Amino acid sequence: MTEWLNVILQGVLIGGLYAMFAAGLSLIFGVMRLVNIAHGDLIVLAAYVALMVTQTLGLDPLTSLLLVVPAMALIGYALQRLLLNRTLGDDLLPPLLVTFGLSIIIQNGLLELFTADSRKLQAGAIEVQTFQMMEGVWVGALPLIQFIVAVAVIAGLQMLFYRTALGRAFRATSDDQAVAQLMGLDTRHVFAMAMALSLAVVAIAGVFLAVRANFDPSIGPARLIFGFEAVIIGGLGSMWGTLAGGVILGVSQAVGAQIDPGWQLLAGHLAFLAILAVRPQGLFPKVSG
Amino acid sequence: MSQIASKVEHSTRSSRIGIVLILATLAVLALAPFWGDRQTLRLLAEMYAFVALASLWNLLAGYAGLVSVGQQAFVGFGGYLLFWLVIVAGVHPLVAILIAGPVAAIIAVPVAALTFRLRGAYFAIGTWVVAEVFRLLASQISVLGGGSGISLPAAMVISMAPTRQAREFEIYWLALALTVIVLAAIVALLRSRHGLALTAIRDNELAAQSNGIGVMRIKLIIYVLVAFGTSMVGALIFLQKLRISPDTAFSVNDWTAFVIFITVIGGIGRIEGPIIGTIIFFAMRQTLSDLGSLYLLIMGAVAIVVMLWAPKGLWGLIAERYGWQALPLQRRLVLTPKENAGRKP
Repeated sequence: MTEWLNVILQGVLIGGLYAMFAAGLSLIFGVMRLVNIAHGDLIVLAAYVALMVTQTLGLDPLTSLLLVVPAMALIGYALQRLLLNRTLGDDLLPPLLVTFGLSIIIQNGLLELFTADSRKLQAGAIEVQTFQMMEGVWVGALPLIQFIVAVAVIAGLQMLFYRTALGRAFRATSDDQAVAQLMGLDTRHVFAMAMALSLAVVAIAGVFLAVRANFDPSIGPARLIFGFEAVIIGGLGSMWGTLAGGVILGVSQAVGAQIDPGWQLLAGHLAFLAILAVRPQGLFPKVSG
Repeated sequence: MSQIASKVEHSTRSSRIGIVLILATLAVLALAPFWGDRQTLRLLAEMYAFVALASLWNLLAGYAGLVSVGQQAFVGFGGYLLFWLVIVAGVHPLVAILIAGPVAAIIAVPVAALTFRLRGAYFAIGTWVVAEVFRLLASQISVLGGGSGISLPAAMVISMAPTRQAREFEIYWLALALTVIVLAAIVALLRSRHGLALTAIRDNELAAQSNGIGVMRIKLIIYVLVAFGTSMVGALIFLQKLRISPDTAFSVNDWTAFVIFITVIGGIGRIEGPIIGTIIFFAMRQTLSDLGSLYLLIMGAVAIVVMLWAPKGLWGLIAERYGWQALPLQRRLVLTPKENAGRKP
């Protein structure tokens, strides 16, 4: 019994990480209907940026966020302004294929710079600290911090969306780009801000990913898929939905792995396909699309 | 009043020249075993497979607007089905290729039922998830070596043809024939009533729908047909390789990234595009492959540049500049005044 409780708890906590993968994806889809195929590779890129920062400056991974987050946000702004804005329009193909090309460029660029060796960020003593929740149920400090950060990130995005001028600009361009432009919004800037924000979240997710497990340049696409599954399970356009989606995905994987290690990823995918079959709009839908 | 007769013509002067050139090229290629060495044959057979895969993806994405990044699901499915049929069920490899098509088409129906619920770019990632599920399931099949894969037993290989040379010729002609059949089927489809509907969907989905085209039905038909063809090509690819593993069979790089690159460079939404694209892709690969991962990086960059600044690809540029078409696919209304006896002076 407690064994299963442990499994489910681990699943919930890793679900927080998946929710962070998903939140960045969901944000840019919501604002500009762009699905970024390179999203997973950008998460891995953030992990490598954190690796360089921690190695050269001797910072611990969580402190390195102070540098990695703005750096990734800057990359996001530039990427959108210089490249991705050109792809937006009625046609579906350009954004899809350009981000697909970007994914290949990032993967092979990282491979060229850092080789295919697995890396990991060392967080020191905090990595092995655990709390006992109840008899036989233990929680690691790091997964717990990661989950709390995920909840905070989602709450922060939610606030930003509904309480700030930038959020209003996001919602306005999301509703009607042409009218938003008529009201004096520079949509190119708004889109670039959305991508900057998305990559700021990606940076946090990348650092936690890198502390939690080994990473190498090839693992990006799988992170994209996890994020995407969490978005669809949760329902398009709903921030809190992505958290629910991430948790469901995490728990499915944990339960699958408990049954048979070979079933970890498969169980997650099957949970996603089951939701798609039964409730294609996701659990907490907001926009159709 | 003079009466005007109208008829729809497919061919143009360039397409008539094109047909002659294509037939001549085919004749030369069919005789390749007599003029080419082993290396050339292998390379050509590989190129045929990519022409077929890219043409099928082009039909799916370029015409039907179904941008899938998960076609490796069907390449791998065809490969695995062939290995299973040959090793476990003792079926002759050539028969196994024929079986791979219809079985994949049947599998494609429930896959479409699920993935068609996702729209646009989310459909793309949905197809990728399906391919991942196929890969993970394949690595659970222990009779086919699980995660590490399996080679085709020597006895089965010899059963195809007694000598290595005869086998290589056989596979070469098979690859050529399959690609010609795939291309001919696509041309026939595009020239049919459904093809007209498909071209309308390509140009404007909403307008097509409002003109009474059952867009979803046609998309489903195309998805299933493309799965049929892709799976047969996949079976042939792994028959040639003689070895299969989940990672090679369901590789997103080999069967989707390269295929998309080929189609985009050559010209998406045009039948000639994938052929031109394959030639460019292989030329790049032969010259740049020493660069390792840098070569893939260049490929990604070239694809982005083409997509942004020449979205119709190389053939699109040529076709627009000179009005060429290599295959008679356009429909042109030809108006000729009818001979009218009563009005003759």
